[in-house]
Amino acid sequence: MNATAKTTPEQRLAKLVDALNIAFVQKNCTIEQAFGEVTLTVPSESLREIAFELYRNSSTFGFDQLIDLCGVDYSTYGQVEWETSNASSSGFGRGVNRDAEIDLKGADRYAVVYHLLSIENNVRMRVKTYLDSEHPIIDSVMPVWPVADWFEREAFDLYGILFEGHPDLRRILTDYGFVGHPFRKDFPLSGHVEMRYDPEKKRVIYEPVSIEPRTLVPRVIREDNRYVNEESN
Amino acid sequence: MPEIRNYTLNFGPQHPSAHGVLRLVLEMDGEVIERSDPHIGLLHRGTEKLAETKPYNQNIPYMDRLDYVSMMQNEHAYCLAVEKLLGIEAPIRAQYIRTMFDEITRILNHMMWLGTHALDIGAMTVFLYCFREREDLMDCYEAVSGARMHAAYYRVGGVYRDLPDEMPRFSASDLQRDKSELDRLNKNRQGSLLDFIEDFTERFPGCVDEYETLLTENRIWKQRTVGIGVVTAERAKALGFTGPMLRGSGVEWDLRKKQPYAAYDKVDFDIPVGVNGDCYDRYLVRIEEIRQSNRIIKQCVDWLRANPGPVMVEDHKIAPPKRAAMKSDMEGLIHHFKLFSEGYCTPPGEVYAAVEASKGEFGVYIVSDGANKPYRLKLRAPGFAHLMAMDEMAKGHMLADVVALIGTMDVVFGEIDR
Repeated sequence: MNATAKTTPEQRLAKLVDALNIAFVQKNCTIEQAFGEVTLTVPSESLREIAFELYRNSSTFGFDQLIDLCGVDYSTYGQVEWETSNASSSGFGRGVNRDAEIDLKGADRYAVVYHLLSIENNVRMRVKTYLDSEHPIIDSVMPVWPVADWFEREAFDLYGILFEGHPDLRRILTDYGFVGHPFRKDFPLSGHVEMRYDPEKKRVIYEPVSIEPRTLVPRVIREDNRYVNEESN
Repeated sequence: MPEIRNYTLNFGPQHPSAHGVLRLVLEMDGEVIERSDPHIGLLHRGTEKLAETKPYNQNIPYMDRLDYVSMMQNEHAYCLAVEKLLGIEAPIRAQYIRTMFDEITRILNHMMWLGTHALDIGAMTVFLYCFREREDLMDCYEAVSGARMHAAYYRVGGVYRDLPDEMPRFSASDLQRDKSELDRLNKNRQGSLLDFIEDFTERFPGCVDEYETLLTENRIWKQRTVGIGVVTAERAKALGFTGPMLRGSGVEWDLRKKQPYAAYDKVDFDIPVGVNGDCYDRYLVRIEEIRQSNRIIKQCVDWLRANPGPVMVEDHKIAPPKRAAMKSDMEGLIHHFKLFSEGYCTPPGEVYAAVEASKGEFGVYIVSDGANKPYRLKLRAPGFAHLMAMDEMAKGHMLADVVALIGTMDVVFGEIDR
């Protein structure tokens, strides 16, 4: 404990990055450092093996806690609802473009992101792996971190990512009998069905939603010069 | 001889001890629990999906509604994450205000936890005592933000406004109180908010002593909590425990000390650690945490008195300009209009920021593609991991102990279901 107390977070992170470079670079992984955090992107087929390595090797890694596990759907990454780059003398178009093409067949559509914490070495890292849209299947990390149980159920529920080896992959957050995976980008915010009590049938019925989708603040990406300079440095 | 079968019991979702909308399907062998299967999601509102459609600033009020008994700590984690993306840091005075209100929030949360936990397993009075003190702290919330619970006080780049110079007082008109009663209520509200908080920190240790008198050596309390829900340090780590649940099992881990944020590296406090990892140790840990929070608040009050200064970054691409500037200055008007109609864009990338919330590590993971809204927001709720361990903790215990376990986990469905 005293050894970690004397080192700064930057020193601990640098030590971790060195160790990751030695251990994983030849295993088809990439290491990226940004915002004072380190991300290890691994191929999905070697995830469990790498997870074991990160968990077990306690002097260099010792990631004994899986803090978070979540899915990400990258199919609309970088898409905007309001074009601002081609401003002309007539100004921007005022209309919001909500029907942007969604690339549902992308090879790297989904990602599973693991946030790890090493209590012993007082350092965090992120492990990321991409999955294609056709077969979003990945090994469960429950044998390494039992806490992955519900987190994997949640990623399955919300994104439809399948975890091989999970003993009980049920839905967790959505309603009993829910259809679809609500956090996918092609799932509308207002959903597909709404529910009401039908006094004639004397039961609760489901019918298609009657709410019109609307956009209060359009999604825009602006090239902010402050950040552009930072990146080029 | 009759056939002996296991019995399946449905506990909740409408049960006063389920602390919200927890549905537990319990498989019982007589009075002993064989297996428990928590069903969650009855309060799922899709906060993370909603956040993808809102500019960064408009998501702050959603954070209050996650863990709705430790509101400002959730905002803190979210603001830290966006600040990390933007590469800015709140002014030092804002850091101290955040530290102070995080600790006020921790007391609020632990009061709620203590009161309901004790009520669930048979001690009625503690609940009333705890809510008496909670009321004063709610008034502090109201004084700074105008809201008793869902404050939306922390902003990206600081806090919404500086602490008020005057503490709001009770007025005579509403309930026809007599003069002496009114004077008693307003006695500690004559000065500023800091005076009121200082007065609170002076009398609060006495209040904690009162709770301890009622519980710590109470025979019934000890019978209901000692040796119940024992988790070893190894299992606690494997099960993803954080916060008091982890410390109760004897692991000395507190983000406020180990990975300090805000002004926690500038204040003096201790981390209590349990020994046995049972409900009683977790109770003692939380009681000591309340006392330490009180210490931190006192130090923050002293610092805030002595050091006036800005509470928000000066960068008007992120923080709105002063109202006078907006009315008189062209540039101020443009900044104001752009901030409230479109918001600000962050650089692309992904960040994770965590705070030591009352229940454990509350983390916010943001993926940004450079837009004015998060591309993906993931909230790491401590209660989610704790409730997952219900099956393991409840195995072999009696049905009545399940209520003690729900209490000791300090589950709140706002954060678990998100």
